[in-house]
Amino acid sequence: MPVFVVEVMPKPEILDPQGKAVAGALSRLGHSEFSAVRMGKRFEVTVDGPITDATRARLEEIAREILSNQVIEDVVSITEVTA
Amino acid sequence: MRIGVITFPGSLDDRDALRAIRIAGAEPVSLWHGEHDLQGVDALVLPGGFSYGDYLRAGAIASHAPIMSEVIDAANKGMPVLGICNGFQMLAEARLVPGAHTRNDVQHFVRRDQHLLVENNSTAWTTQFSAGEEIIIPLKNADGRFIADADTITRIEDNGQVTFRYVGMNPNGSADDIAGVSNERGNVVGLMPHPEHAVEPGFGPDTATHMRSGLDGLRFFTSVIERVLA
Repeated sequence: MPVFVVEVMPKPEILDPQGKAVAGALSRLGHSEFSAVRMGKRFEVTVDGPITDATRARLEEIAREILSNQVIEDVVSITEVTA
Repeated sequence: MRIGVITFPGSLDDRDALRAIRIAGAEPVSLWHGEHDLQGVDALVLPGGFSYGDYLRAGAIASHAPIMSEVIDAANKGMPVLGICNGFQMLAEARLVPGAHTRNDVQHFVRRDQHLLVENNSTAWTTQFSAGEEIIIPLKNADGRFIADADTITRIEDNGQVTFRYVGMNPNGSADDIAGVSNERGNVVGLMPHPEHAVEPGFGPDTATHMRSGLDGLRFFTSVIERVLA
């Protein structure tokens, strides 16, 4: 079945406290060369039926309107990965 | 005068809000997220909690609940709507108020009796306050950091849509110390702290004179009663 991967990241200018905490932990563990971490979300969306341009357009809209909040996040990629 | 409180799966403070409405002198009406019926109420409260587990983003799934189409319609027609904590997050996700919320800058959940400055006392929920008055109500949240882009912040500051501001300390890193905002019309107000927990002697925040005696939250509800009955 076709699967789409949607990746959403906090906007670059928005503080990402989760990524910051992970970066702090890496530094404390001695991995200080990895100086910054930003955390986002990955959605795997399975599609029933054939993929059409309308399917892609609807998924783009869902990614923009529901999976992300455009005030604080960007949709950085939508990729088809047939399972 | 009937004020509805919508219960979502994961709402926690719906019963406190219903009780606060009764104490303020109105009739509380319990509403259910899965229905398309506001039961003829005069005003609405979206309560605190962790609706739908706050999966996706805080308030995001709740903002698409069945009853929200009626809420959005009523709000756009001028019905007073108050979003408290998770309810504020829902209002922002539904774009009934500007901005959005992210995790507290301090990372962890914060619970404290919070001092607030009343910036605008002309909204449907704040007429019983004086502009510039300082009040104390409880705050408790994990995703309370109010954010908007610079143009939006300037616009809501200029429009008087910043309703409440944190005083003394900013508990979550919110832009401009903003604790609560309204829509342009002033009928829809969202705030992160909890007025419904400061309405009854013995159960509110501490004040300068007596423990647990803070009742500043009551005036949110008496304000809307005054507004609707006017």
